[in-house]
Amino acid sequence: MFDNIRPKVSIIDYGMGNLFSVQKACEYVGLEANVTFDQKDILKSDAVILPGVGAFGDAMSNLNKLGLVLALKDLARSGKPFFGICLGMQLLMSESEEFGSHQGLNIFPGRVVRFPERDLNGSKIKVPEVGWNEIRMADQVGAWDDSLLRGVASGEFMYFVHSFYVVPESKDAVLSVSTYEGIEYCSGISAGNVFACQYHPERSGQRGVHIYRNFAKMIKNGGRNNDE
Amino acid sequence: MKNIRIIPRLDIKGPNLVKGIHLEGLRVLGKPEVFARYYYENGADELIYIDIVASLYERNNLLDIIRRTANEIFIPLTVGGGLRNIEDMRTVLRAGADKVALNTAVLKNPELIREASRIFGSSTIVVSIEAIKQPDGHYLAYTDNGREFTGIDVLEWAIRAAELGAGEILLTSVDREGTGLGYDLELTRKVAQSVAIPVIACGGAGKMADIKDVVLEGKADAVSFASLLHYDFVGRQALEGDFSEEGNLQYLKSGNKFNRVQPASLLSVKNYLLGSGINCRSSAAREKVNV
Repeated sequence: MFDNIRPKVSIIDYGMGNLFSVQKACEYVGLEANVTFDQKDILKSDAVILPGVGAFGDAMSNLNKLGLVLALKDLARSGKPFFGICLGMQLLMSESEEFGSHQGLNIFPGRVVRFPERDLNGSKIKVPEVGWNEIRMADQVGAWDDSLLRGVASGEFMYFVHSFYVVPESKDAVLSVSTYEGIEYCSGISAGNVFACQYHPERSGQRGVHIYRNFAKMIKNGGRNNDE
Repeated sequence: MKNIRIIPRLDIKGPNLVKGIHLEGLRVLGKPEVFARYYYENGADELIYIDIVASLYERNNLLDIIRRTANEIFIPLTVGGGLRNIEDMRTVLRAGADKVALNTAVLKNPELIREASRIFGSSTIVVSIEAIKQPDGHYLAYTDNGREFTGIDVLEWAIRAAELGAGEILLTSVDREGTGLGYDLELTRKVAQSVAIPVIACGGAGKMADIKDVVLEGKADAVSFASLLHYDFVGRQALEGDFSEEGNLQYLKSGNKFNRVQPASLLSVKNYLLGSGINCRSSAAREKVNV
């Protein structure tokens, strides 16, 4: 499969941020990437990326208007590779506290919460977190080999821009954690065909591009991370 | 302590990378995308492109440079210079920029910050402030590379910009820009401590210790500089390529050394900062292009 044709990836365009760099990274690793909000296109593609920056409530409202909420839930269950980035990771949770309470896609039970205004010592912290931070292997994860982080070292730097982060109910899904101003949070989750990260791999240099390369391999392997 | 971002700043005129003093008196140094790629491969955390002429007639040059850069560089790219309205911002973002830096347009119409951050997201909107210290010690914001007086207080403006939805502030000391005399620490500290959004210090780096000082004393969240890196790279590469008939080519032809700064590579700057107890992204000191 896919020996001669480029796998097709749909990058979900729901009006939340600049999708150009995500598309460029896909093309760089040999994927055919279409930026689209057309449900038929999305369901037909080999894999999906749910990117996005901005407000959770606006994002869910846009996905509802475009009629994409059920399609995305179906895709997450379908076994096709599903990649959530930044806001696209947060939307996978059940609910967010951003400007009131909002329901999410509920693919992972859990909440989305904001960084506090002060750190543990009471000093004001700058929010959003903007910049490079390390991703570390979560305690209960033995290795990243069966995930899109295969070949990425624990402690590698990735590029973040966010004020909110996810708190999954179960630790089983947590792949990586990061620490900002003394606050440890979940920076990557994974379950089956679904992988999501708080950072922007497409802005994280060649190590980030490596995650896209793993994603392309996963698509070619029919949704599996390893070559078995 | 958080990781400080190191951001090479590339001033662009037409198709060329240039460098000036006090944002004027320009020298042509080479092709911006060549410098950008080199900095990417050597561990730059982000890049800033400023179109310093900002003439609409030359906008196509800038867009071509952004496109070529975006095809091979996977770190955040901020683009500024002459962006007047939402449509201008959309054009550079579509060409491949991740963030836009806004100065004149938002000083004339601060509500544009709110509108732009609503449309593109706060994290896309960088408000660029060009500051000049007044005889009474206050800092005022200027436009057009420090030539046009606005009478607006820098501190008040920074706070207002943050309230309106700016994601970051790019703070340039016009007094120090291109002089190699060090950052304006007082200016940087005042602004950085007054806003909850990141402040990128710019203007004046002449040696590595200046960068350390603006982080430790100036409380900058990120640092941007040009001459140290440009002259280091120029010193390393054999000059080649075709430079168009603009700008002042005398520097390149003469082979003279630029003596206001001590050239330094990104690797040496980062190692120096780490040795001074300042955190920064270090593992990517040198990116391999084919992992």
